[in-house]
Amino acid sequence: MRYIPNSPEERAEMLATIGLNSAEELFRSIPKDVRLQRALNVTDPLAESEVIASLETMAAKNTGATKSSFIGAGVYAHYSPTVVDHLIQRSEFFTSYTPYQPEISQGTLQYIFEFQTLICQLTGMEVANASMYDGSTATAEAYLMARRVTRRDKIVVGRSVHPEYREVARTYSKHNDSEIVEIGYDETGRITGLEELDDKTAALVVQSPNFFGCIEDLKALADAAHAVGALFVVVVTEAISFGLLRSPGVCGADIVVGEGQSFGIPMSFGGPHVGLFAAQEKYVRQMPGRLCGIAYDKNGKRGFVLTLSTREQHIRREKATSNICTNQGLIALAATIYMETMGKRGLQEVAAQNAQKAAYSAKQIASVDGFSLPFSAPHFNEFVVRGPRPAVEILERLRTQNGVLGGLALSKYFDGHDNDFLVTVTELNSKQQIDALTNALKKADGW
Amino acid sequence: MSIKKVTSHPTQNEALIFERSQTGRVGYRLPKLDVDDTNIDSIIPAELRRDDDLDGVPEVSEVDVIRHFTRMSTWNYSIDLGMYPLGSCTMKYNSRLNEKVARIPGFANLHPLAPEEESQGALELMYRLQEALSEITGLPGVSLQPAAGAQGEMTGVMLIRAYLDQREGEASKDRRVMLIPDSAHGTNPASAAIAGFTVKTVRSDEKGLTDMQHLHELCDQGGVAGLMLTNPNTVGIFETNIREICDTIHKAGGLVYMDGANMNALVGVARPGDMGVDVIHLNLHKTFSTPHGGGGPGCGPCCCSADLMPFLPVPRIVSEPPPSAGGQKHYRLEHNVPTSIGRVKAFYGNFGMMVRALSYIYTHGAEGLREATEAAVLNARYLSQKLEDIYDRPYESDCMHEVVFSHKNQAKTGVHTLDIAKRLIDYGFHPMTVYFPLVVDGAMLIEPTESLGRADLDAFADAMRDIDAEAHEDPELVIAAPHSTRIGRLDEAAAARKPVLRWKADMETLTKTA
Repeated sequence: MRYIPNSPEERAEMLATIGLNSAEELFRSIPKDVRLQRALNVTDPLAESEVIASLETMAAKNTGATKSSFIGAGVYAHYSPTVVDHLIQRSEFFTSYTPYQPEISQGTLQYIFEFQTLICQLTGMEVANASMYDGSTATAEAYLMARRVTRRDKIVVGRSVHPEYREVARTYSKHNDSEIVEIGYDETGRITGLEELDDKTAALVVQSPNFFGCIEDLKALADAAHAVGALFVVVVTEAISFGLLRSPGVCGADIVVGEGQSFGIPMSFGGPHVGLFAAQEKYVRQMPGRLCGIAYDKNGKRGFVLTLSTREQHIRREKATSNICTNQGLIALAATIYMETMGKRGLQEVAAQNAQKAAYSAKQIASVDGFSLPFSAPHFNEFVVRGPRPAVEILERLRTQNGVLGGLALSKYFDGHDNDFLVTVTELNSKQQIDALTNALKKADGW
Repeated sequence: MSIKKVTSHPTQNEALIFERSQTGRVGYRLPKLDVDDTNIDSIIPAELRRDDDLDGVPEVSEVDVIRHFTRMSTWNYSIDLGMYPLGSCTMKYNSRLNEKVARIPGFANLHPLAPEEESQGALELMYRLQEALSEITGLPGVSLQPAAGAQGEMTGVMLIRAYLDQREGEASKDRRVMLIPDSAHGTNPASAAIAGFTVKTVRSDEKGLTDMQHLHELCDQGGVAGLMLTNPNTVGIFETNIREICDTIHKAGGLVYMDGANMNALVGVARPGDMGVDVIHLNLHKTFSTPHGGGGPGCGPCCCSADLMPFLPVPRIVSEPPPSAGGQKHYRLEHNVPTSIGRVKAFYGNFGMMVRALSYIYTHGAEGLREATEAAVLNARYLSQKLEDIYDRPYESDCMHEVVFSHKNQAKTGVHTLDIAKRLIDYGFHPMTVYFPLVVDGAMLIEPTESLGRADLDAFADAMRDIDAEAHEDPELVIAAPHSTRIGRLDEAAAARKPVLRWKADMETLTKTA
């Protein structure tokens, strides 16, 4: 086995050194009746070329990876500068672990500090942690944190928050006596049902841009939440929107959670991505996850350490703010490199291009007979299209006849939206692709 | 410019990116906008747009970015540089082949909501990995959804909770005690708490094993939902009574969850399913070599018995026979399982890690997987023998893939575990896991993994012996370590008292002014 440095001869000598005759004797503390008496029934070892061939054969069946696509809904195709994937493959980054020994982990710690700072700048918040698994688990943790902060049990969440995030948060919440109330949306696509807010409410949880792509009036929602003493939690699935939209922090958010995949991370069939978690500083001791802070050595030299760890599971055990240990470190690094490479101007420009292309696309599609845009609120790079037939049929026809993945049928997650589909347009969708989608919708007789 | 005095190299003084930023520098270029440029006010009104011009976000060139991160990277220790014997973390070699295959465009560029017909290869890969992990653990049910070990634990104990709730109905509310050994990882009790369990601690005995008498006592008290057991346990010893432990819990009406953090000692040698374990999580970033990445991403699949399968997270991957003779198997996602505990993560888990893990399994094959286990245990046992005459080894039993020592023999000279760890840095090694498990005072938990040659093990043992000699001859040298790093020991207490968690424009820079 080429990953094992010691040759069989060396291993035999080492066994002799410790007084054993065979490798089997290494396992004598395992009772014989629970030892496996046969070889595992997995493949024979494959050569490097065989592994590649085998996996490439599988990858080739993922025909969706090469098609013109307008699917978003929480995972987005964006351009990632070459330096991102290059730098994260440096051994010093990807073959190290959690920076338990700060003297030889300053590289990791400094980028975590930069990541935390950038997330604060973009969200308009005062503290951000070193990452969560993804947007869905970050949302689940926000529910739990809001309950700790307010000592209240009711979570009011919009149905326009990503359905899979709500499902995950429900799983995390189901064994700790919480009450989750889901509220709806109106014909503009924005959240309604704020009358559910009351003095038992721990948090109002809102996504913006929401699952339908509509930008919420965060300021008004923050006021409504604060009026009953609840926290205002904002979920962001499309991080590119930070480059253009008013930050949740400025609008009054207490906790901002989200997904950072848009920052240069491959879609990779849904993971690994990176969860964002930011809050107001007064709540820092109730936050989940790792935090990196500045520290000095005895010569006054600046360095970075993991800090405020008395919140965490390795110290507080069952009383910890979260069970998270391993997070998404390397993906947070990729996101950091992306944000810094794009920089202030790049983040603004890519956000503007997304908004422009989506606006163009929405206008084109809305001009096709039989198609309309059911929601009137401003949108960023996603919008709902209402067709003349069930959306699954329209999308299936686009896929099989035009080779285009035209969007996501809302019926996957929502009742009463059979004819609706969510279209996502990013800077990677060329005008030609957008026009081809419009034309395919136009040409389809007998919708 | 003339260099008038010896000064440190610029690579040692890399500033924060915010301190490098210069107005007008750019590190990117986007294609020109190819659609009509609409007035932005008509798309998104001004009151919904930022008006802070992204204040503070840096402006740097691509070259700045490359230098910045390359310099910072040189401040990190890593597996590729040398021995990284963090106990319980399994810091084994991360193959470049695995990185390459995870980046095949057909995997990397696939959207999780692409139609199933267009994602057959990804579903097939997940199905095959599930089959392999099921064979390795001896447990039929697998969910790849958990994102890391702690989430795998949470999923595992939620399966137990769902099973008990179904079996016992209302009476299940009286069965809420989760037994956890005092040597367990902190994630275990934290995960149990999310699933609504109350934790009771099981003592370890003088051999480092579960105290059977205490286990029986706790079970007799009733209300036991289950046991969370790491095996080999966190002192690196196989729980020889595993069968009796499982029987005891089962007789008390509970189920056994095994923390699979230490599976690198067992793959191909023994299977949790054959021991009586009901559910286990695996760490693909440990046992199956997906990179640790400075703290993640992980992937924490959950494997369970047939009894627990109905409760696994959704969606599940289902394989169906070819629609026509000679056709290919079809894979689909099953979302509709009413007994399921629900989702624990959006989409299907950390898919990119699954590609790497399957590549690891294919590369090793059955014989290579067992060979790796043997080599990992041999390396630990070899180190144990090389050090146990000098360092206190609190338990005599054979160690498996990791070995625990204490600072007992050195502490009398004023040198403690932390000092020994810091001094190891000067010798060119990453320290072992320190002060864990909590049951050993001044614990040093060493896990060499199979990825180390004999010469490296010997060098590490020599370093440890030298440090012991220093502790006796010149303890100050050890206590002041490390001496060779860019930065000395940091004042963590001060950092926690007044936390500075983000950069601000007016903050002090590289060196604190008096």
